[in-house]
Amino acid sequence: MVAERTLPKFDTSSVKITKEEGLMLYEDMVLGRFFEDKCAEMYYRGKMFGFVHLYNGQEAVSTGVIRAMRRDEDFVSSTYRDHVHALSAGVSAREVMAELFGKETGCSKGRGGSMHMFSSQHNLLGGYAFVAEGIPVATGAAFQSKYRKDALGDKSADQVTACFFGDGASNNGQFFECLNMAALWKLPIIYVVENNKWAIGMAHERATSQPEIFKKATVFNMAGHEVDGMDVLAVRGVAQEAIARARAGEGPTLIEALTYRFRGHSLADPDELRSQEEKEFWAARDPIKRLAADLAKRNLATAAELKAIDDKVKAIVEDAVEFAESSPEPNPGELYRYVFAGD
Amino acid sequence: MAETLMFNALREATDEEMARDNTVFVLGEDVGHYGGSYKVTKDLYKKYGELRVLDTPIAENSFCGLAVGAALTGLRPIIEGMNMGFLLLAFNQIANNAGMLRYTSGGNFKIPMVIRGPGGVGRQLGAEHSQRLEAYFHAVPGLKIVACSTAYNAKGLLKAAIRDDNPVLFFEHVLLYNLKEDLPEEEYIVPLDKAEIVRPGKDVTILTYSRMRHHCTQAAKTLVKEGYDPEIIDLISLKPFDMETISASVKKTHRVIVVEECMKTGGIGAELVALINDQLFDELDAPVLRLSSQDIPTPYNGMLERLTIVQPEQIIEAVQKMMASRI
Repeated sequence: MVAERTLPKFDTSSVKITKEEGLMLYEDMVLGRFFEDKCAEMYYRGKMFGFVHLYNGQEAVSTGVIRAMRRDEDFVSSTYRDHVHALSAGVSAREVMAELFGKETGCSKGRGGSMHMFSSQHNLLGGYAFVAEGIPVATGAAFQSKYRKDALGDKSADQVTACFFGDGASNNGQFFECLNMAALWKLPIIYVVENNKWAIGMAHERATSQPEIFKKATVFNMAGHEVDGMDVLAVRGVAQEAIARARAGEGPTLIEALTYRFRGHSLADPDELRSQEEKEFWAARDPIKRLAADLAKRNLATAAELKAIDDKVKAIVEDAVEFAESSPEPNPGELYRYVFAGD
Repeated sequence: MAETLMFNALREATDEEMARDNTVFVLGEDVGHYGGSYKVTKDLYKKYGELRVLDTPIAENSFCGLAVGAALTGLRPIIEGMNMGFLLLAFNQIANNAGMLRYTSGGNFKIPMVIRGPGGVGRQLGAEHSQRLEAYFHAVPGLKIVACSTAYNAKGLLKAAIRDDNPVLFFEHVLLYNLKEDLPEEEYIVPLDKAEIVRPGKDVTILTYSRMRHHCTQAAKTLVKEGYDPEIIDLISLKPFDMETISASVKKTHRVIVVEECMKTGGIGAELVALINDQLFDELDAPVLRLSSQDIPTPYNGMLERLTIVQPEQIIEAVQKMMASRI
């Protein structure tokens, strides 16, 4: 096991949350976790196919950032590990599960699959399956907000874009090219690197001369922060600050969330390279248990209240599976539909 | 009527569309202060500001992706490839995102964008600046591909491309920017999907596009003097092909020669031959002939470069041979 980075100190007691917010964050993370567990089950039962990348362990990042944004107004772009970002952005469990089943009722009408979740309704700009290719697209959405505000004089155009990608993507040219443009033009965007230490089998330290990704912001004259990606309150605190900066027209932020995936790269990954010791180290930092403990400490939730949320989410996920199973396949007569606009 | 150079015709189209729709903007290398490598956007930034005529860093992959993101969220970007060959650096963004994203998203988003700029083989510009790219992009689903060839069609087609809700790859030719033509004073649009019958004839259908159109009309002058009557069709749309116009012509002449600047292997002509064989085989009196450029990187040496691309005398010879074997 490579020596773990010293976690950034962040006093979460400074993050003020109400009971309602605390329970919302908890529910969002539990939904992500239970949904992905169900995906694994359905994959092994032959209900979904292809490459399925699960988000277990990283929930605090999706919830911490996206739930600090304005739903359906702000923009979110994701990667091939996109189910939970879609859920946090407001796409229903039904629509995400149906997409995984390849059904017409899926958020991408069964044409996208696990790695290509889209929802124009919820401003989810998509799951981008090639590493780093979503970064320019998200940068374009942020450019659009600036364009409306500054070129068209639309004062209400203060939408912020959150762009998620992994440590592996931070070595791709598009990362550097876009950081340059976003900082140059002060675009309202937050680049969120989910550093889970592994790009499939490539350990971050083996691929990256400067493993502390957040430091790369400084060479572009932009704000960069590292954050404990297993602590949703810490992520939320950093995200709120970055969102406020973006909305105020003060430019982009690079956030590096130190996190870990509890499963292999995908359900097809034998996961032979990561040590047991490393997995245990991170499993002990489960973000859901962490928030549950924080909520208890702040007297914001009882065990019974959290249990009720768990039960509610289980029912949502079961309902999503039933919905997906009973949904129709796409119409074969519509094989060519959606190639061009207007069809 | 006003005599207009082709690069100015393109500039007028851009200017008119930017004035008409404030979501239209131009981005690319040196499109702003410098005015574009062929002056298609000269001084537009003074009129529309630096956000609507956006000088980008040299980052083709990322500014093409940025344009996709802007298009997804409601703007109508026009990307100028300083040289269309540079867009090879953005192949992923053009193919995966501009081309495929609407389908992959199940119709959630549309991508109204134009990717335009100088392509083709110029005069001794060397291999990398003398690309024949149209075939590289031809298989990408969701892209429309258009090649303009005159000042008139350049203006009308570019306006149509900007108004289209799909990604349009718009090829200009580096040697045609100074073509002159009287253009109508009033606004006009040329549809993206219609081929143009350049010269009606009855003997043989010559299918061509871009600069090769002018090689064909030059060859036709000699051929007509020799008593031949070729029909020259400028395809305009390289994807999808206007099979209606092509078919009507083939049913009239029963002979087809494709004259293209792109490479023979996997070229535009290759696809045309396949389609004509599929759909019009019984109409043919002779196998379809392809005159394509050579399957080599464009050489710098002027004589070798000339040998690489099709010349008017080859077109004359091809028509003569095809007509001589008349059944």
